[in-house]
Amino acid sequence: MAVDLATRPATDNAVVQPLVRVEDLLLHFPVYKGVLRRQVGAVRAVDGLTFDIRRGETLGLVGESGCGKSTTGRTLLRLYRASGGRIFFEGQDIAELEGERLRRMRPRMQMIFQDPQASLNPRMTVGAIIAEPLIEHGVHKAEARKAKVRELLDAVGLNPDYVNRYPHEFSGGQRQRIGIARALALDPDFIVCDEPIAALDVSIQAQVVNLLKDLQKKLGLTYLFISHDLSMVKHIADRVAVMYLGKIVELADVRTLFSAPKHPYTKALLSAVPVPDPTVEASRRRILLKGDIPDPANPPAGCKFCTRCPEAIDRCFSEEPVWREVDPGRHVACHRV
Amino acid sequence: MEVSDLKTVFRTHDGVIHAVNGISFSLDEGELLAVVGESGSGKSVAMMSLMQLLPMPPARIASGHVMFQDQDLVQLGASEIRQVRGARIGFVFQDPMTSLNPVFTVGYQIMEPLREHMGLSKKQARQRAIELLDLVGIPAAAKRIDDYPHQFSGGMRQRVVIAIALACDPKVLIADEPTTALDVTVQAQILELVRDLRQKLGMAIIWITHDLGVAAGIADRVIVMYGGLVVEHAPVEDLFAAPQHPYTRALLDSLPGRHEADERLRSIGGQPPLLLAEPASCPFAPRCSHAFDRCWQENPRLVEVTAGHDVACWWDPETGGPRDGR
Repeated sequence: MAVDLATRPATDNAVVQPLVRVEDLLLHFPVYKGVLRRQVGAVRAVDGLTFDIRRGETLGLVGESGCGKSTTGRTLLRLYRASGGRIFFEGQDIAELEGERLRRMRPRMQMIFQDPQASLNPRMTVGAIIAEPLIEHGVHKAEARKAKVRELLDAVGLNPDYVNRYPHEFSGGQRQRIGIARALALDPDFIVCDEPIAALDVSIQAQVVNLLKDLQKKLGLTYLFISHDLSMVKHIADRVAVMYLGKIVELADVRTLFSAPKHPYTKALLSAVPVPDPTVEASRRRILLKGDIPDPANPPAGCKFCTRCPEAIDRCFSEEPVWREVDPGRHVACHRV
Repeated sequence: MEVSDLKTVFRTHDGVIHAVNGISFSLDEGELLAVVGESGSGKSVAMMSLMQLLPMPPARIASGHVMFQDQDLVQLGASEIRQVRGARIGFVFQDPMTSLNPVFTVGYQIMEPLREHMGLSKKQARQRAIELLDLVGIPAAAKRIDDYPHQFSGGMRQRVVIAIALACDPKVLIADEPTTALDVTVQAQILELVRDLRQKLGMAIIWITHDLGVAAGIADRVIVMYGGLVVEHAPVEDLFAAPQHPYTRALLDSLPGRHEADERLRSIGGQPPLLLAEPASCPFAPRCSHAFDRCWQENPRLVEVTAGHDVACWWDPETGGPRDGR
C-alpha cells in the first residue's frame, strides 16, 4: 500500500483511489442436508459484485428483501467471510485478512443496524454501550473515555447527562441516535447503514436522516446506505446501486437513475413506489411485475430477472448479461440496453 | 357504518392508557377510507375496537356507538359479534404469516367461514374457495387449495388472507397495514388487486396505513389520527392539495421529495404523546410550530372548513392566525 501511495500523483488522490473497491465479490451460504450433513447446494446471497465507493460519498444500495443487500454490507465489513472476490479498503485487500491485522482494520469501518431495540444491550447503560468499542480497541484512558462518550452523545443530539440511563428509557429515534454514537466512537471512515430508518416513524425518519447528513459533512464520512425506501435513498445518496437476487443490475448517479432508469427491474421498482400525491397516483403508468423473487438457492439460468422481466427475449433465458459501463460512471447488466 | 365518540382505554401497570379519545366518522357504501397516523396514534386500536377484537381486559371501550346495518356493534355480546365478524365485516392484518394458521391448508381456512356463516356444504365451500383464490389472482387455484401457508410467498399469503376476508361477501373490509410487510413490487401487485376487487365487488374498505403514498394511491377519503384523536378528515385530493392541520402539513413536509430543493428534510421535533390522560388541550401543541395560548388550554373539536374537509385546530393556515368565531 505504501508503494501505491508513493507512485500516485498526490493531487487527484480521491479521484484515483476509491475508499472501498469490490471485485467479483461472492458469498455463498452452504446448504446441508441428510444424516451426513452433506452439502447439497448453496444460497448464492451475493453473486459476483464489482463496484467502488468513493471517499465522502453516500452509495445507496436498494433492492427487495432477500436480494442480498444486507449480506453485501456485512461482507464488506468482514462480518462474513467472502466465498470469493476481493475487497479493497484504501487499496489494501481485506477479504483475506485474519487475526490482529483484521482487528486493526475494524475501527475504520462501522455499522448502524436496522433495529435499535435489538442492537443495544438492554442491560448496559448508554454510556457503557458507547464506551464499549473504545475499551475494546484501547483508545482512551478512563477519564478521557468518559469525556469522549459525552462528546458523542452531544454530537448525535442527545443530552450528555443521559449516560447512566438504559436503552428502554429512550424512544425509537433516540435509540437509533445511540446506535449512531456507538458507530462513531472509533472515528471511522466508512459506515454501513443497514436500513437505519426502516423501524422508525415518518416524522422521526427525517430527524435521523438529517443527523446522518450533518455528521457526514462534519466528519467526512463515507456511507453505504442500504434501504428499501427509494424515496429516502433518492434524498440521501449520491450514487445508487440496484440489487436483484445477489447481483447489482444497475449503478448510476442518483439523478440519472431516478430520471432515466435503464434496467427493466429498476424501471419496475421505481414505478412501484407510491407517490404521496393523488393526482400523480391517478395518472401514472405502473409496470406491474408478475410473481415473486425466485429462490436464491435455485436461481434461474441466464439473467436472474428473466422470470419476471416484461422485456425479456430468448437470449435472456440462456445467457447471463455482462456487467458493463454503458455511459461514463453508469453500469448496467442487461441484454436489452 | 357510523362511528360516534368512540373511546378505548387500556388498564396497565403504569396507569390507564387513553388510546382512543372519542373519534367519530362515517363510512359510506363502497368507499375506501384510509386511516393514517404514526405508531401509537391509535389508528389500529380504534379499528379493532369497532369489532371488539381487542383483549378485554386490559382494553375497555369506555364509550361510543358503532352503528352498522341498524345494530350498535359496541352493545353486542360475544356470540352476536361473531356473527358479524368474518360474515359482514372482513379483516386483513399486517403480517400474513401470523394471521394464517400454519397447521391447516389454506383451503380449510377459506372454507371455515363459508361453512360457519353461509352454511355451505363441504363440496360447495370447496368450489367457492377455489373461485375466491382465483379471484385474488392465485395461479392454479384448484391445485394450490390443498397447500399449507408456508408453501406460499409473502405476497401470495396476503392474497390468501384477502380471499378469506372476502369469503362471505362482506359489506365492509378492514385492512390493517396490509402491505407494510411486503416489498414494493409486491405491494404494487396487492394495491392493484384491491383496486380491481373494489370494482368487481363494491365493498367499503377501511385501510389503515402509515404510508401517505399508499393512501394517496387508493383512498377516496382520508382520516389523519394523532394522540388517539381524529385531527383531520378530508377527501383525498383536498388533503394532499390543501392540508389544514399543522400535523398533517408537517407530516407531508417531512417526506423526501416534497421539497426537492431543500438540502435537509423538514422533520417534526419532539415525540408523540404518552396518552396517560385524556387530552385536555391539543395533543399536538408541544410539537406544533403554530401553537398559541388557546392550544394549551382547550382541545379543538373537528370543524368543517370546506365541503367534507374537517379539521381539529385553532390555527388557520389561510390567515396564519387563530381560527376565530368557531
